[in-house]
Amino acid sequence: MESERPDPDQLLAEVKAAAARAERGRLKIFFGASAGVGKTFSMLAAAQALRRGGTDVVVGLLETHGRAETAALLEGLELLPPLMLDVRGTLIKEFDLDAALKRRPTLLLVDELAHTNVPGARHPKRWQDVDELLAAGIDVYTTLNVQHIESLNDVIGQITGIHVNETLPDTFFETADEVELIDLSPDELLKRMREGKVYVPQQAERALANFFKKGNLIALREMALRQTADRVDAQMREYRDEKAIVPVWAAGERLVVAIGPDRRGEQLVRAAKRLADSVDAQWHAVYVETPHLLRLPQVERNRILGYLRLAEQLGAETAVLSAPTVAEELLAFAHDQNATRLMMGKPTRTGWRRWLLGSVIDAVTVRLRGLDLQLVGDPDRGRLGGAGFADQLARTKAYLGIDQSKAVSPKVRWPAYAAAAAICALATALAWLLFGRFEATNLVMVNLCGVLLVAYRYGRGPAIAASVLSVALFDFLFVAPYYSFAISDTQYLLTFAVMLLVGLTISSLTASIRLQARVAQHRQARTEALYTMTRELSRAGGLDEVVMIAVQHVARVFEAQAVVLIPNAAGTISYPRAGGIYGSYHGADLGIARWVFANRVVAGLGTNTLPGAEALYLPLAAAHKLVGVLAVLPSRRERLLIPEQRHLLETFAGQIAAAAERVLLAADAAKLARQAETESLRNSLLNAISHDLRTPLAVLVGASSSLITDDDRLSDAARRELAATVHDEATRMTALVNNLLDMARLESGAIALAREWTPLEEIVGSVLGRLREALVAHPVKVSLPPDLPLLNVDAVLLGQLLANLLENAAKYTPNGTPIEISAQVLPGRVAVDVADRGPGIPAGEETKLFDKFYRLQREAAQSGVGLGLAICKAIVAAHGGTISAANRLGGGALFRFELPAGEPPRMEPEAETRVATGAAP
Amino acid sequence: MSASSSTLVVIEDDPQIRRFLRSGLSAEPFRIFEAETGRAGLVEAATRKPDLVIVDLGLPDIDGVEVVAELREWYTRPIIILSARSNEQEKIKALDAGADDYLTKPFGIGELLARIRAALRRAARDAGVAAEDAIEFGEVRVDLAARRVQRAGSDVHLTPNEYRLLAALVRHAGKVCTHRQLLADVWGPSHVEHGHYLRIYMAQLRHKLEVDPTNPRFLRTEAGVGYRLLVD
Repeated sequence: MESERPDPDQLLAEVKAAAARAERGRLKIFFGASAGVGKTFSMLAAAQALRRGGTDVVVGLLETHGRAETAALLEGLELLPPLMLDVRGTLIKEFDLDAALKRRPTLLLVDELAHTNVPGARHPKRWQDVDELLAAGIDVYTTLNVQHIESLNDVIGQITGIHVNETLPDTFFETADEVELIDLSPDELLKRMREGKVYVPQQAERALANFFKKGNLIALREMALRQTADRVDAQMREYRDEKAIVPVWAAGERLVVAIGPDRRGEQLVRAAKRLADSVDAQWHAVYVETPHLLRLPQVERNRILGYLRLAEQLGAETAVLSAPTVAEELLAFAHDQNATRLMMGKPTRTGWRRWLLGSVIDAVTVRLRGLDLQLVGDPDRGRLGGAGFADQLARTKAYLGIDQSKAVSPKVRWPAYAAAAAICALATALAWLLFGRFEATNLVMVNLCGVLLVAYRYGRGPAIAASVLSVALFDFLFVAPYYSFAISDTQYLLTFAVMLLVGLTISSLTASIRLQARVAQHRQARTEALYTMTRELSRAGGLDEVVMIAVQHVARVFEAQAVVLIPNAAGTISYPRAGGIYGSYHGADLGIARWVFANRVVAGLGTNTLPGAEALYLPLAAAHKLVGVLAVLPSRRERLLIPEQRHLLETFAGQIAAAAERVLLAADAAKLARQAETESLRNSLLNAISHDLRTPLAVLVGASSSLITDDDRLSDAARRELAATVHDEATRMTALVNNLLDMARLESGAIALAREWTPLEEIVGSVLGRLREALVAHPVKVSLPPDLPLLNVDAVLLGQLLANLLENAAKYTPNGTPIEISAQVLPGRVAVDVADRGPGIPAGEETKLFDKFYRLQREAAQSGVGLGLAICKAIVAAHGGTISAANRLGGGALFRFELPAGEPPRMEPEAETRVATGAAP
Repeated sequence: MSASSSTLVVIEDDPQIRRFLRSGLSAEPFRIFEAETGRAGLVEAATRKPDLVIVDLGLPDIDGVEVVAELREWYTRPIIILSARSNEQEKIKALDAGADDYLTKPFGIGELLARIRAALRRAARDAGVAAEDAIEFGEVRVDLAARRVQRAGSDVHLTPNEYRLLAALVRHAGKVCTHRQLLADVWGPSHVEHGHYLRIYMAQLRHKLEVDPTNPRFLRTEAGVGYRLLVD
């Protein structure tokens, strides 16, 4: 049988998961149908066996419930002292996470995985503590009852009539490395209970009466068995996938569940979870927020977001989409996700209202393509509670970030009413002019125009007022009997009704459009804010600058105070040293920040970890490293609880992290380059000193010693030869030491340029005078233009520069070849060339020549350490000029340096009219 | 030769340099007195009445420049200073204080001897008839009394400043003249900061008097220090 190739993506995911597992600690859950089946006992027994095998086992927290046989098993195990927390006067034993992390045993025992921690603990739930332990590489044994599994919570609630609040996300249960089912038949359990082996008697009575009914226990046991069986099934499937024996699914199932604004969200989510599990599908929970839904009161929105969080805990990916209509957005999303099934609640509108106002289901049904639609019926018909318009308005305004008091202020409102009245009066006046020539029913159109205008410009209130006013005016002026509000003809009632309806409809439409426009505008503003920050960040040159830009933008966009906390040299998060700027957040909790930095998870305000904190702490995680922590203290808490705001903030954090990383990497690279350069310089220097100084010294010592000791045996010629050698070597060493010293002085900036306006000719002259001997074998041709301006230079240094170039030329070219010095005036600068007819410069070496300790032939007998040209470069650079080397046409090298020309000081030309000397006239 | 019985005082703290000078100059008929410190050197100079004093600028007790300045209060004969490389400013100060010439370490004994001989010759000349009125170098002849400059037998036309500069150099022929000294001499003490005047006139003089102005034989530049009219 030919085995098929495994799907590479899936394999990769498995390899990654395996790698993550390898670093993480292993989690084993002792799983039971209810309390009393012996989970803790089995856990302790397993732990004891391991301890005897030499494993480092510690008991983190364990409740024996007074059971003697369990307590006996604790014998010999190290117990972690529990944290004693004072909650409203009572001392409560709590698991000490930090102590456990510090102790770092190989295996830690923690009872009751679904336990809810005391408020104020780091995590709200114990399973989060366990997660952190695992992340720290500690193996954990723990216990769990089936009713605590999130997705089974409501089913079990329905069966037993008892709801438990302590739930464990299914995802966490599923990631357990091992689940051991501790099974006990209901009869046996009840027997044990009656014998008092489970709870102490008086508690047992109460428990028996409520929970431990035989029917319940059977159902729970079945549930636990099925859950474990599902796991086995999943493991088997995973194994099959790994071996790629059969393609399991032609195409993976994907489920999208749409959460509506009504109260059936939780039921929908749980139903979706069950369906997703049964078909092994990935699933998404989606909420489409229309402009209308945006106006829901905060409580409603929080409830809806709660459904999404629940879905997340049950393993779904969640999304909040914004669109004018639900159906289209929903289908587009489903299409993007390659969904195979769409799940929704059954329509809430029924009968004529559904027919008239439509329903999302109908809209979806019409557009449905390549997708199964699944409807979930409702047990109780919860409906969206009627919220006051003012509340909705306030909610919208809060979202838009508009100051509420200002927006709803009547001061702003009354001019709108006045304008409405004026427009009505104007329309009526116009109608009055036409009165008599047109029918009253046509004149009503003029008034309607007025109402339309008011509705469009000033909104609902003024529109209603305008409708009423127009009707009244119309009735009073144009409807018989005239100048009275009485109506003779009932047909005008229709006119009035239509006018009112039009006013209301237009104003409501306008308001909705306006709101949408403003929401869109706001979104755009946010996007722009993000773009602006990113752009500024991209220009930031240093970490301090990145931090400053980040704080400024986060503070402005989120109306918050913010601070970027960066680890100090020791690697721990600390307060910034730089003074604060506008929008800086002082007093961020370093403890939380450090935790966030260590765990790479967002914490603080509105999160799962320390939700009571006043600020939100986001890890600044870039592609390769964790840069720091962004702490944000919003001026309005609820702002950061809005998912799109949180999301935006996370995007900001991502951008900041990326920018900071870029800057840090650049700094690292520069530092490394500098280090490498220093290193290679040091090596070159050592080389120079060891080779280039030792050789002449050896010659000096040798030659001089033979002059001293062998004086009588030496011929005069030999003695002269030795003395000449001593002299040459000493001279060579002098040049070398001078060069080293000059370079050091130039590099250290110890040389202050003694700039004087000097003719180049004089410098050339003095150098040629000085080098007469060195240049004796080379004809030197100097051609300087007569109009060459004075140069503002340090004549000594420039002389040295020229001398080095000339000496180089003399050294590297055959005797008799000419050396040419020339200069030319270029715009804004003067170029000086020193050219020879030697072998030229090897290709590609033109710039390396000017490096320190560079020599054309490494071990050549040429004197010098390869500093001459480096000194030239330093001198030219000190003068603000450039130097370069090139090969000449017709052979030879050409060194050119260019210096800024400057503006020589003016000097009164002295007339030569008076002949001072010479033959008497 | 006048050098035959010359007395020299060497003020130098480094024993190796003193040893080298002693042995190097031993071939010449000089009488040499050594001093290790500036103070001892001043005493030595006062008692020995030397024909020439050699002063090292880096002395342990007092500054070499100060030694030169104190010597010059009464001593009129040549002073040659020895300086380490790369301190032009010290050198210039010593020259301004009245030193005649300088040598940068390391130097060869031949060079030192040449400087000593030139200085002694100059001193002998100055001490003779109240300054020779005419001086010749290469094909140039300068007659200060007649205010006349000739090159290869024909008159050279100089501007007043050019002439004054040349005259100053001629008066101190063979000696190093610092920029400051020349500026004060030619333009007056208020112009000592106008270095570029000096350089431009110097260039003009070279063009008028030197065969190859870019490689002058006589009107020499002492880089960073000043000028010297080299006469043989």
